[in-house]
Amino acid sequence: MLSRTADNLYWIARSMERAETAARLLEVGARIALLPSAAGYRNEWDSLLRAGGNADAFALKYGEAVQRNIESFLFFDQDNPSSVASCITQARENGRIVRTALTAQVWDALNTAFQELRQLERTPRSELELSRLTEWTMRHAAMVRGAIDATLLRNDGWDFLNIGYHLERADNTARLMDVKYYVLLPRVDFVGSGFDNYQWSTLLRAMSAHRAFHWAYGGEVTAAKIADFLILNTQCPRSLMTCAEGMAAHLDRVAKLYGSVTGAQVQARAIVAELAVTKVDDIFDEGLHDFLSRFIRRTAELGSVIHETYLSGDMR
Amino acid sequence: MTDYFNEMYHGGAVRAPYARLEDWMRAMPAELRSLKQAEAEQLFRRIGITFAVYGEGGDPDRLIPFDMFPRVFTAAEWARLEKGIKQRARALNAFLVDVYGRGEIVRAGRMPSKLVYQNEAYEKAVAGIKPPKGVYSHIVGVDLVRTGPDEFFVLEDNCRTPSGVSYMLENREIMMRMFPDLFRENRIEPVDGYPALLRRTLASVAPEKCAGEPTVVLLTPGHFNSAYYEHSFLADLMGIELVEGQDLFVEGAFLYMRTTEGPRRVDVVYRRIDDAFIDPLCFRPDSMLGVPGLMDVYRSGGVSICSAPGAGVADDKAVYTFVPEMIRFYLGEEPLLNNVPTWQCGREDDLKYVLANLGDLVVKEVHGSGGYGMLVGPKSSKEQIENFRHRIVADPGNYIAQPTLALSTTPTFVAEGVAPRHVDLRPYCLVGERIELVPGGLTRVALKEGSLVVNSSQGGGVKDTWVLAE
Repeated sequence: MLSRTADNLYWIARSMERAETAARLLEVGARIALLPSAAGYRNEWDSLLRAGGNADAFALKYGEAVQRNIESFLFFDQDNPSSVASCITQARENGRIVRTALTAQVWDALNTAFQELRQLERTPRSELELSRLTEWTMRHAAMVRGAIDATLLRNDGWDFLNIGYHLERADNTARLMDVKYYVLLPRVDFVGSGFDNYQWSTLLRAMSAHRAFHWAYGGEVTAAKIADFLILNTQCPRSLMTCAEGMAAHLDRVAKLYGSVTGAQVQARAIVAELAVTKVDDIFDEGLHDFLSRFIRRTAELGSVIHETYLSGDMR
Repeated sequence: MTDYFNEMYHGGAVRAPYARLEDWMRAMPAELRSLKQAEAEQLFRRIGITFAVYGEGGDPDRLIPFDMFPRVFTAAEWARLEKGIKQRARALNAFLVDVYGRGEIVRAGRMPSKLVYQNEAYEKAVAGIKPPKGVYSHIVGVDLVRTGPDEFFVLEDNCRTPSGVSYMLENREIMMRMFPDLFRENRIEPVDGYPALLRRTLASVAPEKCAGEPTVVLLTPGHFNSAYYEHSFLADLMGIELVEGQDLFVEGAFLYMRTTEGPRRVDVVYRRIDDAFIDPLCFRPDSMLGVPGLMDVYRSGGVSICSAPGAGVADDKAVYTFVPEMIRFYLGEEPLLNNVPTWQCGREDDLKYVLANLGDLVVKEVHGSGGYGMLVGPKSSKEQIENFRHRIVADPGNYIAQPTLALSTTPTFVAEGVAPRHVDLRPYCLVGERIELVPGGLTRVALKEGSLVVNSSQGGGVKDTWVLAE
């Protein structure tokens, strides 16, 4: 397959997953903001932007972190490369470039999302509930994902799509969890309080994992259980371990198809191997924020190796 | 007022090939019609067929209007057209091989040397090269107009990379989806074999150095190009890679594409970019679209390029007037399809005539296309005509003139119901080891009442084109 084709497929997946994350971030923020805010407490919306890594870009353009501005920034703003609108536009553009590598259903799903987005952009904002925007995003992300799973040939293109999905999702889960760090940073004494648990369960809700969590763990919501669920549990579809295994599995398929193992497979397996022996206590000993930062960095490194090896076309 | 040939109603009666369409049209209530029209538009938009017009700005995802009323040819009419088109495609290729070879037609005094060798489209860089199977132009788009029951004229030839074939295929798909009954009631020749024929044609001109099954690619300028949809559509239906210049590189005597498994050799390039952009080392050094060194590989027989560089000299509007002469010279036959009488403004006598009759003529730039830079005398104001007169006088060699043809009309759905609108026809002739023509083509229709300009960039639309089986 052309390297450029593989690159575009990979970015379709990353962009769609990123759009979904932007929507989830909005939802987390909206729920946290429903709590009566304690005096001296850091602005919850601001923490979302910090976790997403684009607080500075936001401050420059909008100034105050109020809900409406955040909605604009995370959903509609084409200047924000991680906004829902940017990601869906980008995914559709990547799709247009590689139309030949997609089925009609996948293209249709991408194109429909884009066409509806343009309608949403023309709709008066007063008619758009935040929940409608986040549900809309998740529905279309699911439709693209479903079309890929149901209709696409299981060739290397499918693998590159899945590598993109898992890589982006790993990064995003880590970042969403990190929101907690930014929210709680100023007042460590909140840890373990009722307020703290409410925030954790909001995070679960945002990952559509609230019920799943209770089925898997039951009882009290604690930081340790949630970290175990979102980092180490292979039953959780968004856990770091699930994503790492997904990357490794699809990279292995590619290696088998091409008859050659590269640095990409080696790195992916190393990440899986490390997570496999990690215990929740280890994570809290290291510090959740430090652990997550390290994981985000390693995922990014794997991303560049995949780019150099398969997507840039420079391999000889 | 000119009397136009109406392809459905001629001499007061419905012509035979349109008989069933007449019933279909009468039986369709207005509400159903607008429903179907909306459905067609939605289908086109979902498929992603859109068309961007350079320099017009506005919506880059604009649709070319699709008219649901089909245009119909009988088997006998088509048989005649087919012979004439194939004859033309053979002669044009013989001409190209000749003028990049010994130049017999010039030596024999049948064509002026200046017109060929000083033509902007004459590519000195490929003189002396004979491409595989002696084919320069692998897809010849012949633009035809009809003026009467048996009168067809060739308006121009497109020997480089004629576009629009995706509309021929999609228009049919959409008609079959929306009106299956029509296809049960009428026996309509299929056109969906085109992609397979195109691929076979391209594979048949693989270079000699290619052993085994040739790797064919389609080279596009990229997704910002207005015809990008067509490029990806054709690549998909042929099952070949759609590449951009950045995907290709030259190493040693061969061309390769960058793949996830490393370099892979390419044997045939169906290029949808102009000569000037193929290879920055050979043509325009500022081009970002092409592949450095590609022409060296081509010259040494490492790759085939379709159409071959230099093919453009055969579809130049001034060379066009000599196509009947080419047919006689190379094939020893009489032309089966007529040219439109053409005056060359570069000739003194012709220029005089043209300037004296501007109000009745169509004047075109020799290298213009897309309906730009042309004057339709009878449809222009005094002021437009005078402006154009200055342009012609300033550079007469750059213009040709033709009589305003009485383009035939076919019934077309318009806001008020059904009304006649002018049409032309572009069939796509494939030339490789064999010459093939699928029974159909692209019918373009001037949607504005009275307009004779069918170009999509100027308010034209498209129709499904039927050839009835015997």
